[in-house]
Amino acid sequence: MTELLTGAPAPASAPPAGSAEPGRRAVRAGRRSRPPLLLVVPACLTAAIALLPMLYLAVRAFEQGAGVVGDVLLRERTLRLLIRSLLLAGAVTTACLVIGVALAWLTVRSDLPWRRGWAVVAALPLAVPTYVAGFAWISLLPRLSGFLGAFVVLTACSYPYVLLPVAAALRRMDPAGEEVARSLGLSPWQAFRRATLPQLRPALAAGGLLVALYALSDFGAVSIMRFDAFTRVIYTSYRSSFDRTPAAVLGLLLVAVTLVLVWLEARSRGRASYSRVGRGGARVGATVRLGRLRLPAVIVPVAVATLSLGVPAAALLYWTSVGVRGGFPALDVGGAALTTLTFAALGALATTVLAVPVGVLAARRSGRLPRLLERASWAGHALPGIVVAFALVFLSVRYAFPLYQRTPVLVLAYAVLFLPLAVGAVHASAAQSPPGLEEVARSTGARPLAVLRRVTLPLAAPGIAAGAVLVFLTCMKELPATLLLQPLGSQTLATRLWTETGVAAYSAAAPYAALLVLLSAVPTYLLGVRTGALDRPPGGRG
Amino acid sequence: MPRLLARTLRALLVTGLLATAACGSGGDDPAEQLAAAAEAGELVVYSGRNENLVGPLLEMFTEVSGIEVATRYGGSAELAAQLLEEGDRTPAAVFLSQDAGALGALQDAGRLEQLPADTLATVPAQYSSADGRWVGVSGRSRVLVYNPDLVAAADLPKSVFELTEPQYDGKVGYAPTNASFQSFVTGMRVTAGEERTRAFLEGFRDNDPKAYEGNALIVDAVNEGAIPFGLVNHYYLYEKASEAGGLDKLTARNYLFPGADPGSLVNVTGVAVLAGKQSQDAQAFVDYLLGEQAQTYFAEVTKEFPLIEGVQPDVPDLPPLSSLQGPKVDLSQLDSLAQTLALLDEVGLT
Repeated sequence: MTELLTGAPAPASAPPAGSAEPGRRAVRAGRRSRPPLLLVVPACLTAAIALLPMLYLAVRAFEQGAGVVGDVLLRERTLRLLIRSLLLAGAVTTACLVIGVALAWLTVRSDLPWRRGWAVVAALPLAVPTYVAGFAWISLLPRLSGFLGAFVVLTACSYPYVLLPVAAALRRMDPAGEEVARSLGLSPWQAFRRATLPQLRPALAAGGLLVALYALSDFGAVSIMRFDAFTRVIYTSYRSSFDRTPAAVLGLLLVAVTLVLVWLEARSRGRASYSRVGRGGARVGATVRLGRLRLPAVIVPVAVATLSLGVPAAALLYWTSVGVRGGFPALDVGGAALTTLTFAALGALATTVLAVPVGVLAARRSGRLPRLLERASWAGHALPGIVVAFALVFLSVRYAFPLYQRTPVLVLAYAVLFLPLAVGAVHASAAQSPPGLEEVARSTGARPLAVLRRVTLPLAAPGIAAGAVLVFLTCMKELPATLLLQPLGSQTLATRLWTETGVAAYSAAAPYAALLVLLSAVPTYLLGVRTGALDRPPGGRG
Repeated sequence: MPRLLARTLRALLVTGLLATAACGSGGDDPAEQLAAAAEAGELVVYSGRNENLVGPLLEMFTEVSGIEVATRYGGSAELAAQLLEEGDRTPAAVFLSQDAGALGALQDAGRLEQLPADTLATVPAQYSSADGRWVGVSGRSRVLVYNPDLVAAADLPKSVFELTEPQYDGKVGYAPTNASFQSFVTGMRVTAGEERTRAFLEGFRDNDPKAYEGNALIVDAVNEGAIPFGLVNHYYLYEKASEAGGLDKLTARNYLFPGADPGSLVNVTGVAVLAGKQSQDAQAFVDYLLGEQAQTYFAEVTKEFPLIEGVQPDVPDLPPLSSLQGPKVDLSQLDSLAQTLALLDEVGLT
């Protein structure tokens, strides 16, 4: 997962294209043996933080002996659970890939009416938490539950994870391949399938991985839809037995599944080369005229927006209108919004700072250590928030008691959960800036820290910022870890929402949900604008 | 475009700093203030009951006693797990739990303080821990809600076990995922044994029961005559009655199975003091919850049963606690929910 936001191919293992030059290769080989401590030390720290929950899970899983771990793993129920969860993740990922590619192509490459508007609208479902979408769907169609319900909600909320990188990749892709394919007599569809689609593979793999892990780790959709996936069973295990061992074993299994998926994703791109001829001279391929299909094609974004935004919006409007009649708790909502922004902004900043060394190292070095550190940063991403929260309760009570139930530990939990979002963005944008500039800076005698500060980071800043926005957005929606770790007496929009729905007062909950979605829509809009059609190079159509 | 994003990053930084500053200086945001205050001798309460319900009560407590309270809200089971992870360094002095099972788990782990005998004596013995480490605060009963237009009172079943008979085929509503249905099954396992419970559940399953999302929907369905019977908690009918303007506006009625029937299990919300956290303030809090003001509040807001003598809540038609029978259960044992869920899973009632 390296090019979520920029769509730039960022080879994780293959050496950069420039290394074919003999002189450069010598430099690079020398560097590979000795990565700069300036990056390695903080990157190791980041990886260690990401691995913190593993420590806790191992302690809890094995406290009753390895036999119990075996018992839980070998239960028939565990196998069924694994299959059900993977099926759900697979179905959601497939649907998101189809929707994401279709919308990305329509908004970037076709002459779809109101294309720029659709590019932004299509990213907005990122602002809708799955528990809000879930309640909306259940209140609309009470019979929609189980696999189908979880599938609909997760797909509607997470397809932008595919859309954003694919749209970015389409904009940056060298259209020459497709043009050659067309000139050789292939139909537009054949040219897309055989020349364009393979070029999109890194973006598809990266977005697909994020969606798959999102589907595995999300609790809101599966709990509301009553589908027994990993997270729901882990949750029920805490709730039902007060025995933390089975939950910990399942958590470890989930981490193992995550690492396998991360490895598969890296493999899927590792065999091919996606480097582009020439950097910065890219053109966007010619706009494809939809002709007679131009108006009917609008059905696609309209249908997706109706399912992903229309349903939650209708439910929220209805509940809010009912709630406002009963008095609007404006002060309460404002305070909760302020707290939400504080926690999310601090979470995004901390996560981004932690991600920079890992991402830069992975983009600039090709050895085993950078790769290992980058993969380690994924460890916590598929864990349910409640598991990460218990891990930090366990660790901070023992080793950092003065910080327990204070903002720093909550911020740390956000970092553990959402590091890959930021690491990917840093990696991709650092990989895009030519290493030659850094070498020039070094040759003028600048120290490594100065090079990082004055060359590498400014060049990568836009991508890093986009990653930070994505983390910010995700922190705003986080519920289970926030409930357990937030300072005593504080309230976020998400926890207020939880309180109100706890007494089944949807109407009272709606203002919090609506404000949460509206506030999240601002950063989502920025993400949509970034990957949308607004920054087309001059001369591009539309 | 890159400039726009560089600006975004800056905006994020500014948002974080400004919001933090606003929290730090404004005094409106309770976060850090309360954390600091907690260290300054405030009573820290973990509450598994909803803030909308408990919040006003805690304010009344502070008003009466002058003791400031800082509260962490969450699910009862999650808070119990958090208390177990925290061990003896927990900031919490008091745990208010939605159900007895979570308290039982903490008691088994040795995390609860012994309560004084005169506190325990305030409520009937069956509504407190047998070991004296937690005390019930309010009670709720399982009932059979029925529609008198469809069933004559004389034809009502004498026991919940009769619901597996052919005349109840397709006529009983239940909420399989609801925590109170599950604790009813746990109660049956504890009192009637595993074998009999399994036989009941299989017979019940084969009798085509109607699954609902929640208890309130069952009461609605029974009241409208869509189904004649439902297995629910007692208070849903009274909540509906207070919305409708009185029980006489509704058709549905509650029915308590006579005798020590598992179908009429009485469960409680309970409170406990954490091990090593005994203090005058903590004791004052427990005693306040068992006083007339809090007992009346619980009954009137949630339509639950007050557990102390002599409280007359303004809830029309709520039967007195002494009229309840139910099975004899040590409520601390209702922490074996895992086995219940496994059994429901095997039988296929999920």
